[in-house]
Amino acid sequence: MGMEGIGASVVRKEDKRFITGKGRYVDDIKMVGMTYAHFIRSPHAHAKVKSIDSSAAEAMPGVVAVLTGKQIVDDKVGNLICGWAITSKDGSPMKMGAWPAMAPETVRFVGQAVAVVIADSKNLARDAAEAVVVEYEELPAVADMPSALKPGAPQLHPEAPGNVVYDWHIGDEAAVGAAFSKAAHVVSLELTNNRLAPNAMEPRAAIADYDAAEEHFTLYTTSQNPHVARLVLSAFYNIAPEHKLRVIAPDVGGGFGSKIFIYPEEMVALWASKKVGRPVKWTGDRTEAFLTDAHGRDHISKAEMAFDADHKMLGLRVKTHANFGAYMSLFSSSVPTYLYATLLSGQYNIPAIYAEVMGVYTNTTPVDAYRGAGRPEASYLLERLVETAARQFKMDPAELRRKNFITQFPHQTPVIMAYDTGDFNASLDAAMKAIDYAGFPARKAAAKAQGKLRGIGLSCYIEACGIAPSKAVGSLGAGVGLWESAEIRVNPVGTIEVLTGSHSHGQGHETTFCQLIAERLGVPISQVSIVHGDTDKVQFGMGTYGSRSAAVGLTAILKAMEKVEAKAKKIAAHALEASEGDIVIENGEFKVTGTDKSIALPMVALAAYTAHNLPDGMEPGLKESAFYDPTNFTFPAGTYICELEVDEATGKTSFVNFVAADDFGRLINPMIVEGQVHGGLVQGIGQALLEHAIYDSNGQPVTASFMDYAMPRADDVPSFKLSHTTTLCPGNPLGVKGCGEAGAIGASAAVINAITDAIGNNKLEMPATPDRVWHAIHG
Amino acid sequence: MYETTYHRASSVDEAAALFSKGSDAKFLAGGHTLIPVMKQRLASPSDVIDIGKIKDLIGVQLSGDTLVIKAATTYYDIMTNADVKKAVPAIAHLTSVLGDPAVRARGTIGGSIANNDPAADFPAALISLGATVKTNKRSIAAEDFFKGLFTTALEDGEIITEVSFPVPEKAGYAKMRHPASRFALTGVFVTKTKGGDVRVAATGASQSGVMRVSAIEAALKSNWSASALDGVSVSASGLLSDIHGSADYRANLVKVMAQRAVQAAG
Repeated sequence: MGMEGIGASVVRKEDKRFITGKGRYVDDIKMVGMTYAHFIRSPHAHAKVKSIDSSAAEAMPGVVAVLTGKQIVDDKVGNLICGWAITSKDGSPMKMGAWPAMAPETVRFVGQAVAVVIADSKNLARDAAEAVVVEYEELPAVADMPSALKPGAPQLHPEAPGNVVYDWHIGDEAAVGAAFSKAAHVVSLELTNNRLAPNAMEPRAAIADYDAAEEHFTLYTTSQNPHVARLVLSAFYNIAPEHKLRVIAPDVGGGFGSKIFIYPEEMVALWASKKVGRPVKWTGDRTEAFLTDAHGRDHISKAEMAFDADHKMLGLRVKTHANFGAYMSLFSSSVPTYLYATLLSGQYNIPAIYAEVMGVYTNTTPVDAYRGAGRPEASYLLERLVETAARQFKMDPAELRRKNFITQFPHQTPVIMAYDTGDFNASLDAAMKAIDYAGFPARKAAAKAQGKLRGIGLSCYIEACGIAPSKAVGSLGAGVGLWESAEIRVNPVGTIEVLTGSHSHGQGHETTFCQLIAERLGVPISQVSIVHGDTDKVQFGMGTYGSRSAAVGLTAILKAMEKVEAKAKKIAAHALEASEGDIVIENGEFKVTGTDKSIALPMVALAAYTAHNLPDGMEPGLKESAFYDPTNFTFPAGTYICELEVDEATGKTSFVNFVAADDFGRLINPMIVEGQVHGGLVQGIGQALLEHAIYDSNGQPVTASFMDYAMPRADDVPSFKLSHTTTLCPGNPLGVKGCGEAGAIGASAAVINAITDAIGNNKLEMPATPDRVWHAIHG
Repeated sequence: MYETTYHRASSVDEAAALFSKGSDAKFLAGGHTLIPVMKQRLASPSDVIDIGKIKDLIGVQLSGDTLVIKAATTYYDIMTNADVKKAVPAIAHLTSVLGDPAVRARGTIGGSIANNDPAADFPAALISLGATVKTNKRSIAAEDFFKGLFTTALEDGEIITEVSFPVPEKAGYAKMRHPASRFALTGVFVTKTKGGDVRVAATGASQSGVMRVSAIEAALKSNWSASALDGVSVSASGLLSDIHGSADYRANLVKVMAQRAVQAAG
């Protein structure tokens, strides 16, 4: 490893512009003649749109147009799609209602747009929106799954009788039945996984610019995957053919999954820019973010586990209801199925698993992938269930886990996943040592003497990342392949541009991806730049989510790099009159091994472009590209242990210690990994203690501002102690597994297990607010 | 935000004159309530009159047994003021747990009590300490000043100039923070006056805003100690109930925070 190579904690290149206010976000971009969009949104959770009178608004100064849902449907802009087809138990396809970009007839959640005002300024658009008169006929609404599933409940979509999208299952029901029939112990648990609002720091925004002469659109958007956005806008929403649509995702201020999806506002901006003949900008505010960014989680589950007399796991049975909100968002269908139930084996050798998942419509904001996406729900359920079992058996929870750990790899679980490698004992040991697990009983007794309730909670998580082998996901219903592409351009003077289909919106790719080049060529990272987020520059790519950018995106870069190196070595060998096999690359030079003969990279590059003296038959230039399709998921795993105290009088929890021992395979930049883990842990702790997107029984959001929705702040979380145990991923040449989601996946169970341990009552739901904890203590 | 006209007044008289000229004027101090409400278009004042920079409205004075905090003094300046820390350290503590650093840097005592949010911290201090609110027109006892949710005795255009607190024998404040807003989920201010009276006020708890808690006052009068409240029961009737705290939880908090406030008071 060099100073800036793989494994070095290089300071992030991109931070200079971010911390000096020089980042360039969508809202920073201004165009000549730009107009501003303001959406008119439903105040009702379920209603018919009887009429829209925009005459007064259209007469106001500065108003360019008022456009409605009926117009966008009449113009044949496509309905929003869900890109992963799920088949129910009975063989029927999932049942989806249509989702137009603006509602022409019926609104199904508070915040759904019915019309848009386009005006010369943001304020004028907002003024005019207040002059648009929308007449609604309110319909009865269902805001939660039990209500939506009741016979006679209000129906959201005629296509989905009973408000059921699908009733899916996975695993072997009969084998699980047999496991339970011979079980010595059965442990069961009912729990909810609370709905979360993603709250990226930068709200969503879009600028659409239509060039009538070229019949060409440019869209600036807050996207984690601009290439997929272009594909979907072109192929399904009828905006424009791909070569007539350029999508740019410039600096993006956080996504956490919520910016994977193509939202109605981008579609409307594109369509409107053509209609009004001027660029159209929309910047969402925080209220719109709460109302319209796809939410996360929202499960209700029952889980049962069968054990033999020796406390070995025999079988797991899970029944989950997953709330999809009012419409099926882009990848929503896959989250509670293939991203959730396939991880229910956790770190354990469970011979039989059967899971049923029912997807349910309610009159709430659509739900889709949010940091972890399905895997936090699986990990939370399993780790609470195992903890419950240990308490029921009066066993040390660490020992019960250890007794059931998978220790042989590869390991085929009963729910599709084939774990390639791991060492679950190593991460458990590391975490137990870091927190002095053995000393906990003494600390608990000492705390008790001080009148404090102290608890400790474990969470041994596993996740499937590096999403994903295209053939495998295709066979499971995915509408896209999940490979990645890269192109490396060595410029004539030897500087390097790396074009990637991954997208950086906080992950630090502009640093970590350069580190690979530094590692391979020995050049400083200042000579390398990363180009991403523009469909005109990068050919195609699948974007960044599912902790895939290192395992898939960086591997594609490595593949392209190998091609560049091979050609460069040929050029160097020719120039040095040496054999190609004798050329080695060191510190930016191509050397003839065992001699003092060498040629520097800039001279090789120059030779490639002058083409005065290249080997016979060689094409000029030094630019290569590669596509990489992974052969398997990667399986980051680890153990988190939380130690905390509960104030018996108020129910308030205070952290004492929080340790994380993760196995992410090889680390590219440990400092950035640490930052990713910190962020993930805070989101997991936020879910456990604070965050909850709540609706009242009429479907009105109760938590649509930071005055009510409790986002974690620095003083809500402890200082973390991180460590790493490493098994290299055999599935990719870098041995990387991914680190972006782990914290959010593993943290919540550790926190809740610690609280329930402290208070001696396992009946506790997230978020464990002081009120809930106090009631759990005092009844 | 709707269009408005911003004025920065340099004196109380100028502010009052500007107010009377505006068709629907509002005073601005720290702006933590008014500005967000304007941004949401829930308020549309014709004129916004900034009184936060008026020199006569900023500062703290301790003379004998009276601590005077002028209306536009920020929480941060109160928190760090030597006289406040010496005379009524409970007020310095209250400001230290009020909001976050950004709030404390701009928010003012006058703005807080004029708004009278039912979960604001300062109303509890004023009621408990038996403070007097002075305006450009008159003096108002704290008990007469707060009139329920977001309502005060202030007349249209009346400007708070200062709050004067009798220095107590002992006082303490304890608060359970609202996890999202950082207002008081429930906060309790306890005071033992130099005359031997005990006054206890809770904020964030009642549906009608800041309230005296007579059961706790009675118990503390006979025995100023946290344990004196062990057997006291606070009724949940009339208390707020929401996603962050049910009424029975808040009733518990009134008692527990009172105990902790007594401990803090010493």
